[in-house]
Amino acid sequence: MPMIEIRDVSKWYGSFQVLKDCTTNVEKGEVIVVCGPSGSGKSTLIKTVNALEPFQKGNIVVDGIVVNDPKTDLPKLRARVGMVFQHFELFPHLSVTENLTLAQIKVLNRTPDEARVRGLKYLDRVGLMEQKDKYPGQLSGGQQQRVAIARALSMDPICMLFDEPTSALDPEMINEVLDVMVLLAKEGMTMMVVTHEMGFARKVAHRVIFMDEGQIVEDATKDDFFGKPRSERAQQFLAKILHH
Amino acid sequence: MKYNWNWGILWQTSADGHNSWLMTLVHGLGWTLSAAACAWIIALLLGSAIGVMRTTPSKWARRIGNAWVELFRNIPLLVQLFLWYFVLPEVLPKGMGDSLKQMAPPWGSFVPAVIGLGFFTSARIAEQVRAGIQALPPGQGMAGTALGLTLPQTYRHVLLPMAFRIILPPLTSETMNIIKNTSVALTIGLIELTAAGRSMQEFTFQVFEAFTAATAIYIIVNLVAVTLMRWFEKRVAVPGFIGPAAVGGGAH
Repeated sequence: MPMIEIRDVSKWYGSFQVLKDCTTNVEKGEVIVVCGPSGSGKSTLIKTVNALEPFQKGNIVVDGIVVNDPKTDLPKLRARVGMVFQHFELFPHLSVTENLTLAQIKVLNRTPDEARVRGLKYLDRVGLMEQKDKYPGQLSGGQQQRVAIARALSMDPICMLFDEPTSALDPEMINEVLDVMVLLAKEGMTMMVVTHEMGFARKVAHRVIFMDEGQIVEDATKDDFFGKPRSERAQQFLAKILHH
Repeated sequence: MKYNWNWGILWQTSADGHNSWLMTLVHGLGWTLSAAACAWIIALLLGSAIGVMRTTPSKWARRIGNAWVELFRNIPLLVQLFLWYFVLPEVLPKGMGDSLKQMAPPWGSFVPAVIGLGFFTSARIAEQVRAGIQALPPGQGMAGTALGLTLPQTYRHVLLPMAFRIILPPLTSETMNIIKNTSVALTIGLIELTAAGRSMQEFTFQVFEAFTAATAIYIIVNLVAVTLMRWFEKRVAVPGFIGPAAVGGGAH
């Protein structure tokens, strides 16, 4: 059984269709990179996986739980699916440690001590132990994103969703975040990553999904995708972003 | 203009026969502050609830919130107090209406004044709370939701703490407004500071002293209120946070 199963998912904003019959699977331990031009629906697609974006047609099953079933306990499901955002979205009024522990305490009912130990363990993993008492506004973008990753990991997620995790970062900070993600991928975390970082895709992705105009145009293994993309649209896209 | 200034009047026995006129004013200030404090609590609680309702996904909550705000901010405060004081007891069932009319002074005026002022101000605070929440990047709510927080938890732990910090400056103005607006309650018989000043003027004809003293008291009280709010703003300031634009925007 795949960890994430996306079946014929369609979504409309009014009469405008943003997702068109998207179908794909993410197996346990698999790293999937989703790319495509802006407006192609890739961020929307990844947000349907934990029901941050509702959809009108199709099915999504995460670890055997049907996301679009009205009876599904969504907060419980979301707590098990880690998510990292483009703009980090740390809570500015909470210290780094409080950011790490809030959901552990409120959602997983861990004691503050347990939550702290767990949170700091992951903070150490992303190399930011010395920042534990700072506030998000006092950290660089790259540091904030690493804290955000630690925050998601503190919930012991079964899979992780990354929505353009490096596109709001200054160039010199991109690598510190990608390094953490590579480490995570190598440890066997199931990951679905919306990104334009093709270096990251080459290094750790198992499969690459290329989207355009709300459709999954290409869903291929990494080698196939970089070797011989079948669609012309994907070839053009790759030529554009690999140009430099 | 020939006017006999007589500041000594403040220490002369007032119309009640035992206290000085100054004490009459201070007594009035007591009612001003009590009415303002009670109305402020009502306004803050109701305003926060209505403001939150206007930002929730529920269509009905938003509609009720919108209706509340439009109702209470589109009727002049004076008219609202008249409605609570004169009209409400008449439209209620006779027993209830009569018991409202027979409430002993000053409660007969104090209660409608507090309710009127509280509801009026709640509409204004609801607008500010809504604006504060909407000033936050939409990703903040999403991040809370994505972590498994329920909608109420997301409001309680993620959205409202920042929204209230953002709207503290307008809330300060609202605090001062509510103190000043209590003066309207003199029209329904509450002997607050302005009414006390007026009574002093009517009995002594020392109109300048009466209202200069009242004015000075209002200014002092509001300066204290501003100072307290500023202190509070500093106390809850978020390190490294400059404004709504900086939320999640990163340090560039």
